[in-house]
Amino acid sequence: MILKCCTVFGTESKCAPGMKPPPFSYHDPQTTAEVVGLLTSLDNAKLLAGGQSLMPMLNMRFVLPDHVIDLNKVDGLSYIRERDGALEIGAMTRQRDIEFSDLVARSSPLMREAIQQVGHRQTRNRGTLGGSLCHLDPSAELVTVAAAHDATISVTGKNGTRSIAFADFPLGYMTPALELDELLTGASFPSWPAGHGYAFVEFARRHGDFAIVSAAALIVEDANGKVTRAAVTLGGMGPAPVRAREVEQALIGETITEQRLRDICESLRKLEAIDDIHAPASYRQQLATVLPRRALLKAHERIFAGRPS
Amino acid sequence: MSEARQIAVTVNGKRYEETVLVRVTLADFLRHQLRLTGTHLGCEHGVCGACTVLFDGHSARSCLMLAVQADGHDILTVEGIAPDAETLHPLQEAFRDNHGLQCGFCTPGILTTLIEFLRDNPDPTERDVRIAISGNLCRCTGYQNIVLATLDAAKRLRAQDRSQGET
Repeated sequence: MILKCCTVFGTESKCAPGMKPPPFSYHDPQTTAEVVGLLTSLDNAKLLAGGQSLMPMLNMRFVLPDHVIDLNKVDGLSYIRERDGALEIGAMTRQRDIEFSDLVARSSPLMREAIQQVGHRQTRNRGTLGGSLCHLDPSAELVTVAAAHDATISVTGKNGTRSIAFADFPLGYMTPALELDELLTGASFPSWPAGHGYAFVEFARRHGDFAIVSAAALIVEDANGKVTRAAVTLGGMGPAPVRAREVEQALIGETITEQRLRDICESLRKLEAIDDIHAPASYRQQLATVLPRRALLKAHERIFAGRPS
Repeated sequence: MSEARQIAVTVNGKRYEETVLVRVTLADFLRHQLRLTGTHLGCEHGVCGACTVLFDGHSARSCLMLAVQADGHDILTVEGIAPDAETLHPLQEAFRDNHGLQCGFCTPGILTTLIEFLRDNPDPTERDVRIAISGNLCRCTGYQNIVLATLDAAKRLRAQDRSQGET
């Protein structure tokens, strides 16, 4: 039996065949205050940013919102700027703009390296920073970068604005610490000193896929080549990125060699890991010993070469 | 519930004023309402790239946008690539000459993707091309001839730019 959508959904007159998303009311506010007003007054509303995650979920009817609030016309949510030693990026800034930003390349070369592995050109043209951070896929590159940089998330709701340390932002699997009336407006990524080492490496089956496991390394070395500061972050291991604190501490005062990294990173095999269709936990644990080593070595070599590229 | 809105959109240089249901994707709007069926739909959840169009000059998956979001914007589909009904775009010529397609289902999305890519990167390496089309699934060609066609197209477009620079 062939069912027309007008039969199924009770729509009258104009029937649009091939329609996939479930019925919803569409809102396109122009200010953050209007968005908060809508979030406060409407039940079962979803925010639509770049649409690269929400739209597939709508098409497949994984989500059934009564209201879709489109953020694409909201003023003032798209910017990349430097302030107080941090890189500040607005929630609706397109991933493409981050990819091609000279300021990002200078202030967070780690983010620049990571974003080239986010999806594809067609998805980065639409996809946004805020959308990626709020969707909070466990292996999303920008989420891992936010953890690596100890980013601060800016949020606006009916009680005004507040800041959330990124470490407190993921509440659980794909669940950001946002109240129902709140939206993420931007994020701030404290810059590392000039001449720091950085690398973002990931293992994925194909270019553009979500990583099975990713590793972000940031290091500072003194004139004698000893590590004075390190941030080592793993994505894809659990519901949220993991900072490898033991490894970070173990690196302080070390001179980086491949063998030394091999020893230090071996402890990461003990990390808990998810087990899913893409890889068993033991495979991720193996990657957790390998990818941070590669990232740290690359970061170290970049310092050594003295030219971030 | 059948909430609808009036939109004005330019597609391939032609302006349309249409009423759209707010939950209709841009891809379905192009295909079913404007009858521009050159834009193909494969997976409809942003994986296969067949539905790629240029939205204000930038490639985007039309299955991941709502038609209502196109209001006031400019769209180029595969139907709008060629300069006229008799002449192929150099990219299309290169695909024909290099056997860059077999069944042709993925081709509209690949062409629109590459129009932007070759504008951003007029002299790409083979690796650049492979990364550029990594978001487009082709089940016929094994990509080899698509890559060759793209490199050939880049050469043709550079030559065209040079000759236009001289005149």
